[in-house]
Amino acid sequence: MSALLALDLDEATAADEPQPGAKDVLHGSILYLEGITVSFDGFRALDDLSLYIERGELRCIIGPNGAGKSTMMDVITGKTRPDLGSAIFDRNTDLLNLSEPEIAAAGIGRKFQKPTVFEQLPVFVNLELAMRANKGVWATLFARLSGEQRDRIDAVLHTIGLIENRDLHAGALSHGQKQWLEIGMLLMQEPRLMLVDEPVAGMTHQETERTAELLVSLAGERSVVVVEHDMEFVRSIARRVTVLHEGRVLAEGSMDTVQNDPKVIEVYLGA
Amino acid sequence: MLAALRERYPLADVIVLGALAALVIAVPILNLVVPTDSPLHISTFTVTLLGKYLCYATLALSVDLVWGYCGILTLGHGAFFALGGYAMGMYLMRQIGDRGVYGNPLLPDFMVFLNWPELPWYWWGFSSFPFAMAMVVAVPGLLALVFGWFAFRSRVTGVYLSIITQALTYALLLAFFRNEMGFGGNNGLTDFKDILGFNLQADGTRVALFVVTAIVLALSYVGCRAICASRYGRVVVAIRDAEDRARFLGYRVENFKLWIFVASAIVAGIAGALYVPQVGIINPSEFAPLSSIELVIWVAIGGRSSLYGAIAGALLVNYAKTQFTSFMPEAWLFVLGAMFVLGTLFLPNGIVGLGRRWAK
Repeated sequence: MSALLALDLDEATAADEPQPGAKDVLHGSILYLEGITVSFDGFRALDDLSLYIERGELRCIIGPNGAGKSTMMDVITGKTRPDLGSAIFDRNTDLLNLSEPEIAAAGIGRKFQKPTVFEQLPVFVNLELAMRANKGVWATLFARLSGEQRDRIDAVLHTIGLIENRDLHAGALSHGQKQWLEIGMLLMQEPRLMLVDEPVAGMTHQETERTAELLVSLAGERSVVVVEHDMEFVRSIARRVTVLHEGRVLAEGSMDTVQNDPKVIEVYLGA
Repeated sequence: MLAALRERYPLADVIVLGALAALVIAVPILNLVVPTDSPLHISTFTVTLLGKYLCYATLALSVDLVWGYCGILTLGHGAFFALGGYAMGMYLMRQIGDRGVYGNPLLPDFMVFLNWPELPWYWWGFSSFPFAMAMVVAVPGLLALVFGWFAFRSRVTGVYLSIITQALTYALLLAFFRNEMGFGGNNGLTDFKDILGFNLQADGTRVALFVVTAIVLALSYVGCRAICASRYGRVVVAIRDAEDRARFLGYRVENFKLWIFVASAIVAGIAGALYVPQVGIINPSEFAPLSSIELVIWVAIGGRSSLYGAIAGALLVNYAKTQFTSFMPEAWLFVLGAMFVLGTLFLPNGIVGLGRRWAK
């Protein structure tokens, strides 16, 4: 299995032809999207999109506006239902049958494009609510934080550099800090797959560097998918890059391969 | 030490509960013990008026729970209040027995008047006080459960939800107006004689009702506070601020909204049940959309999402209403409207927001 991780995905799939619908052929894939099509009023936001994310991988997804990046995240997290296609998480979880909370409970966490935190609640509580725990009505009504859980929240506060702001209302944080808080909330969820939409938008150069370090350190024990416009940032973290265009995968490979791909150049620079 | 004490017992909670405790002790003494000619004497009329205000305060609390904390702008909460009131009214009607105008031992007066041969099935059991009290909780709670289940599951939010809550109370208004419904038509239920065998006109009964109302308000306050202070309460606030975020964290948003809505409807129903024996009547006007909008104005003026703000708003607006309607009844709605507009413009956090700003 570990050897497979190192292989190029195309070779891996060629070696064991995946049977459509069969679920045990997904090997090391944590996420398997096949033939996903989403139309809005006749406009195809995703057009027969296929994408495979390996266990422990850090994948960057780039593409011009309207390429379908956010729609793809919506499909994975259950916000949008595709017209066609299949989405399998962790070998045998069919995402298309699950609601958003069920998908979250299954182990997929998402950071939104626009930082979305609970502005009226303290930073500490934002992390508390994100924490992996029983999230039912009764369980939350009688929930008490254990000392261990407090330590874990404090540890994440250190990681995201907000320990000084733990009692501050999240609405009072700067844009960059909110981005970090949301990443911290993702960490508290302990997801196996993190979808991170534009993590460094509005961050200073220094903050961007720290974010890059954090994301790189997270990959390995979990899989991370990053959607980003900042090419320098993508170059600094990505091993594999997928370029989306008009709802399809235009190119995939290392940053250098992708940047020298004539199709990509055409899309980005215009014909 | 002091800081820890303060965190455990916030000043506002101490004030609210302290004031209610003081009322519970002082009002009976000032009404029943202090002689009538003493300037300190409180008339029974005033006791009942205060009791009515406290019912309104309890109702405002229930509105703040869903609107202030969960962001559900309900414009139909009067419906739950009225249903609780009708359940209590039905018990009180059954207590009249053969002392009605027609002297019929089996049927309430309005049924005799309409030539009904027998008591409809939905009146069965209301002679029993425990049964009626169970209905005070169950009827508003069930309506909220069914309504909320459909509304929240279909993800109806914002102004659309407000409109359907308004439609709900309006539909009930029209239904209860009909004589065929068996709830006394537009006259409603009135002419009550006694409760649990105590004469409703007696000073002692009035004072007891007031004391029960104050205790219920205190318990509702503590209950709502406990809900809001739990992680459940924090999730509810989180849903208000960023519903999608809460959903992607794994919370079933519709269930969280549903149960806070049901809890709030039950509190409103209990407030209605205490209101009816004190004012002596319940009729369909309690379902009027305008009454439900008034509730929201109390909470807005008092200050949302603090609980004590809702109580302050209900007391203040209703005191103003009593004053105004006695010398300029036709101007009241204009005054209410003006209070709402000015409050929204200049006191976005209500009176308690103003207080907090001064405190800083």
